[in-house]
Amino acid sequence: MSLLEIENLTLSIGEAPILKGVELSVTPGEVMGLVGESGSGKSMTALTVMRLLPHLSRMAGRVTFDGIDILAASEDQMCALRGDDIGMVFQEPMTALNPVKTIGEQVAEGIRWHTRASRAEAEERARAILDRVGLPESKFPLSRYPHELSGGQRQRVVIAIACALKPKLLIADEPTTALDVVLQAQVLDLLRDLVAENHMGLLLISHDLAVVTEMADRITILRHGEVMEAGDTARVLSEQVHPYTRQLAQASVHVPARARADPPRKDEGPSAVPLLRVENLSRHYPGRRLSLFRRGEPTNAVDGVSFSMMPGQSVALVGRSGCGKSTLARMVLALDRPSSGEIRFRGDALTGKSEADLKPARRDMQVVFQDPYGSFDPRQKVERLVAEPLHVLETAPTRAERREMVAHALHEVGLAASDMDKYPHEFSGGQRQRLSIARAIITRPKLVVADEPVSALDVSIRAQILDLFAELNGKLGVAYLFITHDLTVARAITDEVMVMHEGRIVERGKTGEVLDHPQSDAAQELVAAAPDLHRAIARRLQEQG
Amino acid sequence: MTVPAQLPDDGVAKWIGKAFANRSFLVGFLITLTVAVVALVSFLWTPYDVTRLIIADKTQAPSLTHWFGTDHFGRDILSMIMVGARNSIAVALVAVGIGMGIGVPLGMFAAARGGLVDEALMRLNDLVFAFPALLSAIMITAIFGPGAVNAIIAIGIFNIPVFARVGRAGALSIWPREYILAARAAGKGKAQITVEHILPNIANQLLVQGTIQFALGILAEAGLSYLGLGAQPPMPSWGRMLFDAQTRMVIAPWMALVPGMAIVITVLGLNLLGDGIADILDPKSRRRR
Repeated sequence: MSLLEIENLTLSIGEAPILKGVELSVTPGEVMGLVGESGSGKSMTALTVMRLLPHLSRMAGRVTFDGIDILAASEDQMCALRGDDIGMVFQEPMTALNPVKTIGEQVAEGIRWHTRASRAEAEERARAILDRVGLPESKFPLSRYPHELSGGQRQRVVIAIACALKPKLLIADEPTTALDVVLQAQVLDLLRDLVAENHMGLLLISHDLAVVTEMADRITILRHGEVMEAGDTARVLSEQVHPYTRQLAQASVHVPARARADPPRKDEGPSAVPLLRVENLSRHYPGRRLSLFRRGEPTNAVDGVSFSMMPGQSVALVGRSGCGKSTLARMVLALDRPSSGEIRFRGDALTGKSEADLKPARRDMQVVFQDPYGSFDPRQKVERLVAEPLHVLETAPTRAERREMVAHALHEVGLAASDMDKYPHEFSGGQRQRLSIARAIITRPKLVVADEPVSALDVSIRAQILDLFAELNGKLGVAYLFITHDLTVARAITDEVMVMHEGRIVERGKTGEVLDHPQSDAAQELVAAAPDLHRAIARRLQEQG
Repeated sequence: MTVPAQLPDDGVAKWIGKAFANRSFLVGFLITLTVAVVALVSFLWTPYDVTRLIIADKTQAPSLTHWFGTDHFGRDILSMIMVGARNSIAVALVAVGIGMGIGVPLGMFAAARGGLVDEALMRLNDLVFAFPALLSAIMITAIFGPGAVNAIIAIGIFNIPVFARVGRAGALSIWPREYILAARAAGKGKAQITVEHILPNIANQLLVQGTIQFALGILAEAGLSYLGLGAQPPMPSWGRMLFDAQTRMVIAPWMALVPGMAIVITVLGLNLLGDGIADILDPKSRRRR
């Protein structure tokens, strides 16, 4: 018998249809994967089950949970179900916890509410569940506040809250998307164990096909609010009968064809000047002030890093979150001052120069950020946004010239010239990332630093953006410093990879070699934790014999 | 490739069309315009002379001859409201202007520099903030003598820390955004980034604060006038009219109601205007309404 049964669910919010005839079921002890790209209605399906939909939503169809008709249930009945029989884990561990309450209070809150347990009893149970999710009281007392925990630890607290009352159904909406691969693997393991222990049903929502394949017994693929294909994970993904399934699977493992006229110019001998040379670079942040005269140990975000890059070369910088990748990138871009060490760009030192002296270097060095939503001023039109770097040119272009250059850059990234009179909110995430790239290449830079440029994008969009990066690399001879925690991306687009761990570069080599035969512990850990679609499908098939 | 030669059509005519399609802007604009016109007309004509006292006509209820009634000296309240509008609005507007003009740049500067400069400026701010505004206004007018101009300066000075704080807080939330980093990577300096990116993005908050401070300015002027430190008699002001009405609430409620409503309507009009402008400035709210 199914625990959760969704039949012919239709949902519209205002005038917009969100879900069209969705069918889905979860049995106890089963992991159901719900996959789709952004806007496909995954989260809305989950919120319907919780009845936490925004105002003006109209639902039709049938949703039954454990014999209760969810769509007809009263708010009181739902309050009794939420957090007790149905638990939910959200994507963003930073905002899913209340910053002014201790983790103990937050875990105990639901327990006290639903079981009417005394404070002491509830705390006892909170202690037990926090211990179970890997936050033992000896190291993480209940009196900790969320800001004292790391992202992965916070997500464990969120899971503890969701599982505190041993729910029959756990809904996890992109539970690991905000975490790096190593933490992702740990959290997924934890979820898998909890499901097995308590014989829970798990509805796992993700855009990452590899993650779902590793976790889910059955899979439902959603697109534009409609179920495209559903069934046994191994069968659906190995046979790939439905064209959309095939498209998703291919996009997940997409490797752009890198048509390059000339191979990396390493063979020009030692006389060639490297494009970028970083020597013994460090960045320390002063420790927290413990008292008036005492400070804690300083943090070494970047610790004695040296490397060099040749023109036109594409290098990946991979590492776990907090390993210093982004700090290093900012120093290379001269947005942050190093504590010690030297950066040379085309032979000229960048360190210790005034903003005016940096102009020539800035012209040849641009940046693409991760968040396609946060990297544009919402109040300016695309023309001004994309033209921003033109500021560093020696002679300011006239208005007409500027429009010409912007139009050209937009054309190069596959957008129309008429788009320059729009505002950024009129574009989708993928289009904005194209805008971001247009802004980066408008001055014809020699080096583009890309900080997680595709991790916020859907797989099919990601494949297109990776193609675009590869194409521009070939066409304009731009060198990339690609910062990523996603090894698939590193493999797809770079010649060399550097593995960073705790502020140091621990391994460097050809991308393929490092990723296939990692030498250092940090690299081995990353490679082992990275979800891989082919491997996951193979394992699934093997399990089933 | 060719680019459409025509420049973006952000013409004045289009902007005005857009503005009047916005309901709160339209209503706010009409109210504010009415108040301004009333104040201007009072320079040329008022129904009665506000300096002539006719004790025989004192505290008359509203009638056809005196639409809003008369006060305890027999002066026509409609005429007093008209003349008082000049004073109240001038004081509040200029005081908000002083506060914004000095406070916002201070806040921007503090946010852009950070560190010790920021710390020092904001503590100085706190110091000004710590003085009760009315008390210090009394001090200022006591030193420089009572009068409308000194009242403006006194109220204006106490608007500075308010705008400095709001401006700094808003700016601090914008500085770490990625588009600011992108602008820095494009070689733009802090002043330029502040003008191009920070100010447009906190304009909303500043406008809302501006309308609040305007209302408070009218009230502060009323308080000063009550103490005899604002506009000097026989110059009427809304604030003093309110305070004069205080003891006569029971026998002549219109004496309080009329200036009270005048303040309420003016503040409401300005609030709506502020909201409307904020909406129009925000590209995302275009499609609404």
